[in-house]
Formats: sequence, C-alpha cells, structure tokens
Amino acid sequence: MSNLRLLAGPDLSSGAEAFADHNSRLGASPVGGRELIDTLTRSGMTGRGGASFPVGHKWQSVAASKRSAVVIANGAEGEPQSRKDRLLMTTRPHLVLDGAFLAARTLRAKQVVIYVGDQHQAAWAAMARALAERPEPERSLARMAAAPHRYVAGESSAAVHLVDSGVATPITTPPHPRDRGVAGAPTLVQNVETLAHVALIARYGDAWFRSAGRRGAIGTLLVTLAGAVKRPGVVEVEAGTTIEEALAIAGGISEPSTAVLLGGYFGAWVKASNASELPLDAAALHAQGLSLGCGVVGVHPASRCGVCDTARIMRYLATESSAQCGPCFFGLRALSDACSRVAERGTNREDIARLKRWSVEVQGRGACKHPDGAVIFLRSALNTFSDEFAAHPAHWRQQPA
Amino acid sequence: MSELHLTIDRIKCDGRGLCAELLPELIHLDDWGYPIIAPVPIPNQLAPHAQRAVASCPVLALALKRTIRSK
Repeated sequence: MSNLRLLAGPDLSSGAEAFADHNSRLGASPVGGRELIDTLTRSGMTGRGGASFPVGHKWQSVAASKRSAVVIANGAEGEPQSRKDRLLMTTRPHLVLDGAFLAARTLRAKQVVIYVGDQHQAAWAAMARALAERPEPERSLARMAAAPHRYVAGESSAAVHLVDSGVATPITTPPHPRDRGVAGAPTLVQNVETLAHVALIARYGDAWFRSAGRRGAIGTLLVTLAGAVKRPGVVEVEAGTTIEEALAIAGGISEPSTAVLLGGYFGAWVKASNASELPLDAAALHAQGLSLGCGVVGVHPASRCGVCDTARIMRYLATESSAQCGPCFFGLRALSDACSRVAERGTNREDIARLKRWSVEVQGRGACKHPDGAVIFLRSALNTFSDEFAAHPAHWRQQPA
Repeated sequence: MSELHLTIDRIKCDGRGLCAELLPELIHLDDWGYPIIAPVPIPNQLAPHAQRAVASCPVLALALKRTIRSK
C-alpha cells in the first residue's frame, strides 16, 4: 500500500527530480485561476507551516484586493527539529515551484520569492537549480531570498519584513501580510509543503485530496520523527494517522520513552502513554488543546531528564526572541533563568511559583506568537513533568547536551 | 452597540509605565515594567482617563479602538 503523494516518484536518495521528469510523471501544471481558489476552499486543506490556517481562505483574502499580489514560498524552516521542508525542497523542488506559480497566476502576482533558510544549503541549491529549469515568464518572475538562521525568521510578517528591508524580524499585525505585505501589496506567505499540495490539488481536484485521510481527517502530511526513534527522519502519512502508527513506519522507538514533544519547540510535551493514540491531524489535536505545528514528533527517551531538556529549550527560545517586545525579551529571559536554576540547583518553591505566574502573564503580549509558543511549551512541561519539577535534583551539569 | 478597547503596539512600547499611573483600574505593570491590560471593554466612566493615558504615551504605543459588538 502506498499513500505517498508529495514523496511519490523516484527514490528520494536520487536527489532533486528534474523538471522534465517531474512533468512526464505528473503532467504539466495547470494554469490556475479563480476556480482554483474554490477548489482549495472545498479541499479543506490547512497550511503546513505551523499555524494550520485554511488555505482557500488565505488565497481569497489576497485575491480580494485590487492590487497585484506578491507570493512568498516559505522554506525558512527555523524549527530546529523539523526536516520536512528541506527534504521536500531537496527532492521535489518542482512541486513547490508549481504551487508557487499557480498562486502567482491565480493571484496575478508580479513577484514570487522563494524564501529558504540560509543554512539549508542542499535545499537552497536544489531550489535555485529548479528555478533555472523553469521556462519564461516564470523564471524572471521569481527570485531566491535567504532566511537568516533565526527561529522567528519563518514567521510570515518576518518573511515580508526581510523581502521589504532585509531584516527578518516580525512586524506588528494587523495589517496581516495577506492584506498588506511586501511594499504594501497583498502577500501570500505560504509554507513550501502547502504549495506542493496545491500543485497536486490543481491537477487532481479537491475530491482527490479528501480521498486520503483517516479517522475523519483529510489529505496527507509530512511529519518529522526525531529523538528516540529507530530511523529518525521525514515520513508522509495520511492525516489522522496516530503517532504510534507513524513511529512504526520509522521502525518504532529505539528506547523507552516518557514523553513526546509534539509540534516542535512551539508545541507541547505529552506523556508517552497519552501520545501514542493521538491522531496527526491539526483539527483533532486543536480540539484537545494541542497543536500539530509543523509536524514534528520528538520522542523523549526515559534516560533524559525532562526538566533539564525543558531548561535547554527555554534557553534557546529566550535567545531567539527578536528582542523587539519587552514582555518577550525580558519575560522569556526571566523564565529561562528560573528554569535553569531549577535544573542546575534543584527545585525551589519561589522559582516554580514564578514559572507558573510568568508563563501566564507573558502570553498574548508580543507582536508575533513567539512568546506565546514559548510559554505554551513551558506550561506543557510543568504539567507533563510535574513530578520531576516538584522534586528536581541539582544535576544539570551531569547531563550530556 | 460599540465597545471601547485599549490596544498596544508591543514593538513600540518601551515600558515607560505612564499608562499604568494614569489608568491603574485597567492597566498594571509586569515585573519588567511592561503594561498588562485588563481584557475588558473600557467602562464609560473610565473613558476620559483611558484617553488621557493614550495621549500621554511618549512612544505612541497605546491606542483606543472602538469595535462594534453584535448583541
């Protein structure tokens, strides 16, 4: 049985699929147009970058403006554990480009920007090569732009900010990029996996898209399996596949696990016993107060300390604040310091109380969602590792990083 | 009917704290001096004070926004 859609075709180890091979396998891309927006709306697809925003709705907003649009294919992939965007760009660059140019023609865009993390060299090279293979007028419509190696660089307003002025820091919204983005033009910032799905939906229709999916979910998605997994990496699964089933594709877990970090550093810790039955589906997880994020499943081995790893990740997220908003810059730093003190010197009641209070106070008080993601992550740690936080020994230094 | 809300541009806000001095009923400061705004519509009797807080913000980060609320 093969449920592969995005990753169907030649073996992934053979690298990027050439434009001629891509076209002979799938047929040339349709032109696109207004009816594609309706198809996307009917497909029910949501964005794969992390926010799970309905794709048809986003295109509709951009199309509603009289001004010609800008399309940004977002392949920044700043989430440290995620690999799926890179894998896709490195092996199926023309699916991404088909999606980007379908968006450009549908939204009458004058500019397409392929936004790729500057440290993802293989993905950058594959996208640049693929772009050079495209015919005119596509080739001269598009250009590459490097996303700096920062966590927030993939945020959609940060992508707009970079294209506008070379600075990949988030800007105050509203207005959202889809209303007013690059140089004031309505701007579609769409994750590269989402665009690749668009390339297939445009060919095969919304009913085809909905024909995949389990337990009421629709479509397929790319998931990065990380941590204590026998064969870590990216798999494509039907939406609604459980975490346990996805891990089985990768040979299962490699050692006993206490918890799973679902959704990456912007996600949440879930106890391993509760995680295995969870469906990989944005809507179903949202209904349970969880988030699929960009589809990272990080298996935390029982041999590691959840408190110490939480402290490490909080340190990272505090450092990755773009330092524009006080509650994020100072708040995450203070939270990270308190978390580190618990990890390093052992549990103390004052710091636990601070973690609980600040992690509520900071939420919703940044221009972007960076502080929100960090405190949702931290609160999930306080819940999932509640016993460990209540009686943590002073052992941080003994743990390997 | 319409409601009056305080909004804040978090990038502009410098944490000068005047707003919390002028409108303590709705604004208090966090441990780093940045405002936390009560998530409620501004009661009529506080509207003039809210306007004064907005006018006094030295970095123009605070604003009043009127929203139409159905029902």
